[in-house]
Amino acid sequence: MIRFPGSNADLDVVWVIRKVAGVNASLVWHKEFRHGIYDAIVLPGGFSYGDWLRAGAIAARSEVMDEVGEDVLNGVPVLGICNGFQILVESGILPGALLPNTSGRFICGWVKLRLLNPRGPWLKLAQHGLVVDMPIAHGEGRYYVDEEPINRPMIKYFDTNPNGSSYDIAGVASESGLVLGLMPHPERAAEQILVPDDRTPGGLIIWRSIASALKEGW
Amino acid sequence: MYVIEVIITNKENVRDPEGETIHRSLVIRRGFNDVAGIRAGKYLEFRVNKPSCREALEYVKELCYKLRIYNPVVHDIKVRASGSDSCD
Repeated sequence: MIRFPGSNADLDVVWVIRKVAGVNASLVWHKEFRHGIYDAIVLPGGFSYGDWLRAGAIAARSEVMDEVGEDVLNGVPVLGICNGFQILVESGILPGALLPNTSGRFICGWVKLRLLNPRGPWLKLAQHGLVVDMPIAHGEGRYYVDEEPINRPMIKYFDTNPNGSSYDIAGVASESGLVLGLMPHPERAAEQILVPDDRTPGGLIIWRSIASALKEGW
Repeated sequence: MYVIEVIITNKENVRDPEGETIHRSLVIRRGFNDVAGIRAGKYLEFRVNKPSCREALEYVKELCYKLRIYNPVVHDIKVRASGSDSCD
């Protein structure tokens, strides 16, 4: 787990990786991160560098992302959640861009999501078309691409598109699924106590997948 | 020292909720109906130590590209010497 100045969902993710996924996790300050050490990387939600310039834009050009890029080339799984997704997109590791919501407002609430073409370590245990619940909380979550990405794992808003994203896209992965970014928060949908009565903990599919992938491959 | 201005706006085909809201909820609402549209953007002013205006301009263009000051997927960018479109 890489912590940037302004990260705020980092401790939640460390908790879930340890308590729910049952995998060891370290919280690493961005200046101290080096490639070649960790089996998987998570970039957390929050407001790195205060969202100045654009959400994720400054972190995306910081030295730590060169280190992350090295790990990606060597096959290390990377997950970017919310601001982490914005950083992956701004760094060019994932395609597209994330823009201010069409409504012009910060939005938060639970959404239904559909998982498409799942593969790779983060979606190893998912079936194509699986619908899951997770909460969103963002001001700049409008995913923009000129043409719909093909042949990639994707996560799409299912019943409603809350922010004006192209093709209802809430998350997108590299073709192999090694790198996944998404605006919803799987770490806030991993324990029943945090889930409303009419929802299910849809983030579990990601945490169980990565735990299985790290132990048995993917 | 030369002052180089950078203006970043969404491309024409990318919606701009801030500009749309200023247009609809302020300008049109208060009767300035001849305003056909508004695009909001970001303005950056670079103060550059280079021997000529042209070199300062090229320097800022290069850093805008290399540091991804704009996102070419969704943004248009204007880089210009302060107050004019060229160094002439």
